[in-house]
Formats: sequence, C-alpha cells, structure tokens
Amino acid sequence: MTEPHDSSLAKDALGSSGATALGAVLEDDLSGIDATTGGPVVGTKPRSLWSDAWYDLRRDPLFWISAVLIVVFILMALFPGLFTNKDPRQCDLSVARHIPSPAHWFGTDIQGCDVYARTIYGARSSILVGILATLGTAIIGSAVGLIAGFRGGWLDTLLSRTGDIFYAIPLLLGGIIILYTFPNQVGTPYIVVVLKVVAALAILGWPSIARLMRSSVLQVMPHDYIQAAKALGAKPGRIILSHVLPNAMAPVMVVSTINLGSYIAIEATLSYLGIGLQEPAISWGVSISDASGLGYVRSAPFMLLFPSLFLSLAVLAFIFLGEASQNAFDPKRH
Amino acid sequence: MLKYVIRRLLQMIPVVIGATFILFCLVFALPGDPTAGRCGDRPCPPAYVAAFRAEYHLDKPLLVQYGLYLGRLLHGDLGVNFYGNTVVSELAARYPVTLRLAFIAVLVEIFVGIAAGVIAGVRHGGFLDYLILVSSLVVISIPIFVIGSLAQLVFGMKLGWFPVTAGDGSWSQLVLPGFVLGALSVAYVARLTRANLIDNQHADYVRTAKAKGLSGFRIVTIHTLRNSLIPVITFIGYDFGSLMGGAIVTEQIFNINGIGNFIFRSINQRDGVSVVGAVTCLVLVYLLANLLVDLLYGVLDPRISHD
Repeated sequence: MTEPHDSSLAKDALGSSGATALGAVLEDDLSGIDATTGGPVVGTKPRSLWSDAWYDLRRDPLFWISAVLIVVFILMALFPGLFTNKDPRQCDLSVARHIPSPAHWFGTDIQGCDVYARTIYGARSSILVGILATLGTAIIGSAVGLIAGFRGGWLDTLLSRTGDIFYAIPLLLGGIIILYTFPNQVGTPYIVVVLKVVAALAILGWPSIARLMRSSVLQVMPHDYIQAAKALGAKPGRIILSHVLPNAMAPVMVVSTINLGSYIAIEATLSYLGIGLQEPAISWGVSISDASGLGYVRSAPFMLLFPSLFLSLAVLAFIFLGEASQNAFDPKRH
Repeated sequence: MLKYVIRRLLQMIPVVIGATFILFCLVFALPGDPTAGRCGDRPCPPAYVAAFRAEYHLDKPLLVQYGLYLGRLLHGDLGVNFYGNTVVSELAARYPVTLRLAFIAVLVEIFVGIAAGVIAGVRHGGFLDYLILVSSLVVISIPIFVIGSLAQLVFGMKLGWFPVTAGDGSWSQLVLPGFVLGALSVAYVARLTRANLIDNQHADYVRTAKAKGLSGFRIVTIHTLRNSLIPVITFIGYDFGSLMGGAIVTEQIFNINGIGNFIFRSINQRDGVSVVGAVTCLVLVYLLANLLVDLLYGVLDPRISHD
C-alpha cells in the first residue's frame, strides 16, 4: 500500500466510517487487485480529498468522453449558430418529411422544418431545464440537509419528516399534477414555461439531496477538526461554511450530476406527454413527441431517431460524468 | 416483529396525510384558479366555477377543505369526469391490463436484471463486468419513450416478432411493452445486484464456506446471492413509482387500454378531474407498495425488525 495515510483519512469523511475504510484497505492488500492500479506516485506530499479525486478522474476515459460531450452540448445550447446556419422556424410544407439529404442532413419533419436545425436548437431547453432544476434541488436540499444535520433535535425531525412526505410523491406523477394545475396559455413567455418545469422538478426533487447532505454532515461532525473549531470559539456559520460544507458536499455533487441527466430525461418525458414544454418552444421532447405518431415512425423514422439520439447522448454524458466522479471519490477504490 | 409492523404502520400515517395534503394544496389551494384547464382551452363558464367551488367547499377554511377532501378520498370518490363517469369506475375498468403489464415488467427486472448482475459480480473487473456496467448506463440514459418507439419500430414493424400494438391487452401482446417498461429498472437492478454481490464476497460467512470446500457456484447461489438480494427486492418495490410513470408512456406507445393510457388521453383532452384523480390514485398505490416492501424487508432481514 503506497498510499499516504492522510489521504485515506480525508476520504474517510466522504461516506464510510473509519472501520470500513480500513477494512477496504485490508481487503485490497489481501486480494491485491486494486492496490496496484490506484496507488499515487507523486512525491510524499499528502493530497486533499479534492485533488485526490481529480487525480483519479484525469485517468478515467469515462470522464473525458463525458466532459467532451457536455462541452459540446453546452456550446450547442449557448451558440446554436455555431453548428447550423439554418433557422429552425423556417419551415416549408412542400418539403415535409423528406429523407436526409445534403440540403437537410437529418431530413425534414411534418411541417417541413429542418430536423438538424431543430435538434441543435432543441439543446437549449433541455440543458437549461437540467441545469436550473439541478441547481434548485441542490440549493434547497443542501440547505435543508445542512441545517438538519448540524442542528439536530426537533428541527432535524421536522425537516426530515417533511422531506419524507415530499419523497413519497413519485417525480413524474407529481410533475404531471403540478404542470397540469398550472397550464400554459398560448402567449406564455418561453422562460416562464421553462421555469414551471424547473419548479416542479425542484419541489419534488429536493428531499433526496437533503437526505444525502444530512447523512454526510452527520459523518463529518464528530471529526477532530470540527471539535477543535468549536473549542476555539468559531461561530456556527463559520464552522458550516469553512469546515462542514467542503467536506460533506462531495456526495451531493456526484448525485446532482447524475440527477442532471435524469432531469433532462424527465423534462423530455413531460414534454412528450404534452405538459412540459410545448410548441412553439423547440425541444427534443417536443420533436420526439411530434415524430412518434404511429404512421410517422414507419414512414419517417429519422424524425424520431435524431432528436432521440441527441437526447440520449446528453443524458448519458451527465450520467457518465457522475459515475466517473463517484468512482474517483470512492474510498473503497484504493 | 409485531412491534415492527405496528411502528411501520404508524409511521405511514403522517406520510399519507402529508402527501395527500401536498397534492390537495397543489390542485386546489395554491394561488391561481383551480378551475383553469378544466374546461378545455376556454375559461370555464361561471355556473361551472360556482358548482366546482361548492363541490370542493372552496369557500371554507383550508383545513376544513382538506378534511372534506380526505373524507372523499377515503370513500373512494375521485370525482366525475367530462363524460359523466366516475374516475373510479374508469380506473376499475382498466387496472387489470396495467397490472398485467407491470407484472411482466417486474418479471423481466427480476430475471434479466439479477442474471446480468450476478454475471458482472462474479466476473468482477473483467470484460463482461465492464460491458454490463457500461451497457446498463446506456440503457439508463435512453428515455423510455425512445426505447418504446425504437422497440416498436424494430421488433414490431421491421422484424415482425411481436404485435405492433396491444389493443386488447392479452398476455402475448404485452410481452414487448413489458420488456420496454422494465428496461430502465433492469439496468438499476443489475448494478445493485453486482455491487451487493461484490461487497458480500469478502464477508466472513463466504470465507467459511470456501474453507469448508464448497464450490464457487454453490457459494454464489446459496450464500452470497441470497444476502445480496435483500436490497434488490426493496429496490424493486420502491421502483414501483417510476414503473407507473413509465406505464403512462408505454401504454400510449403500444396503444394499451390501461390506466396509463387513460391518464395520457385525459391530459390531451384537458380532462382535469380524470388526470388529478387517476394520478392521486397512483400515488396512493405507490405509498401502499412502499409499506408492503418495508414489511417484507423486516421479514427477509431479521436484523431490521429486532431493534
């Protein structure tokens, strides 16, 4: 075992008690599988939890694949003009449902719009909903989890039980109810339509993050450095911000990354059902919904195929990234 | 054990009350017009609004409204829809098909998911393990309506192996939709089984079994797998919620006349009473399923119910 002792201690804070981390280390020594691949080589300077994870991450092909995909999709969301010079709203009924050709790389849809342009422009809604919903759940969930874990007592009980209640409503079913109750009118601005979907996901999604944050705060709290900070008379706000949060937020970030992917998928599902985003908004879910009428699937499968492919790749990229960082932060890997 | 059952039942009560209260608030009590979207795309006529407000006692204080609403729920009254049918009777006519579909999906989850997880776990670190891990991530990333449409296109239309739609909902027609509905959870079940199997491989009882000279196959099937499956079974129970959400999409794609398709059609016809009633019913079924899984967990793992 070449690993410096400090780094295994630091990782200890992440999610496993000292006993199991030690157990994992012993097991690796016995089996001799992972110990050879995971050992760091750089100097003797102990690395922090974060630089240790970054060290592992850089060596994971999954990470690089997902990072490249995510950068491409974010560019697509910010500057769709980089990828296409066609206008997605410039439609010509006389060329409806044409197969892919040099003029229309992905073919044209029912209205004669260019499927490639619509797919590129569709990235914006999905990425926007994904990022905002993830931020929303992460902020609400982390705040609730921090308070519950740090304060304990009746406040913990109250917050945890409230979380249980929201947790009991499945995301998609609850989303249907919320979005159905607040329908969009014809003139509703685009950003309001997007924010409704974000709000629905944030209202129903925060308890899982709160649970996670609470449990990792509880694991961090008994450590010596927290006790030392308390003994030195640090205020609760300072302890939380400079000691508890940095050591407890890794699991939340990993799970939030994975959630980002699933929020994109749920947004598309809601749009597919006809209550998420709607025309004239351009989104992958809306395109897929348009394309999946039975007759069209047979006669023009490309209308379905390309938006589906982009949607799946975007979800996959975030799930891969989450998976890679989960492995990098996992103390059992060494 | 009895103490455990009673404690679980008691813990369930605030969750049911809280969840129905949230649903109630979302539908009736938040700022905004509760009759919006209930009369198609036009605003409701004043007479309907008045009748609606009287029916749901919207002029009374919030808690009284909620109490009356809960009373109606307990009597199985989910409202009357556009067509003058009670939502309960609409659901009653459709639930057998949905139940059959869910049953097939759960079977697929159990057999395919656990088999893949065991293969990956036994070959931990090998090529098959990596293949199963990555392909499970790919399956998780593809939204169910994409999987469904593609499966329908490839296996139904191009290859002709399965019926393209399942209009009358017989078992044979539901096989392909069942696989589609179960696909996402299969991936989760496989990953969970694998992770638990690997964790348990170093347990003391496995070492003892090895020391006794048992074959590798016997150790996995009799000892490790049995202990690894407990979290998997609870996952399948909790997963019921996403299964019902997925059923809405799957039934729409394959034109299955079940509860999911009813919800989908009601959304598109803007039949609000049906949407809200049916979804509320599904949430209650989901809560019940969770309760049963918790009780089952206590039976399967005696450590849980003994504290």
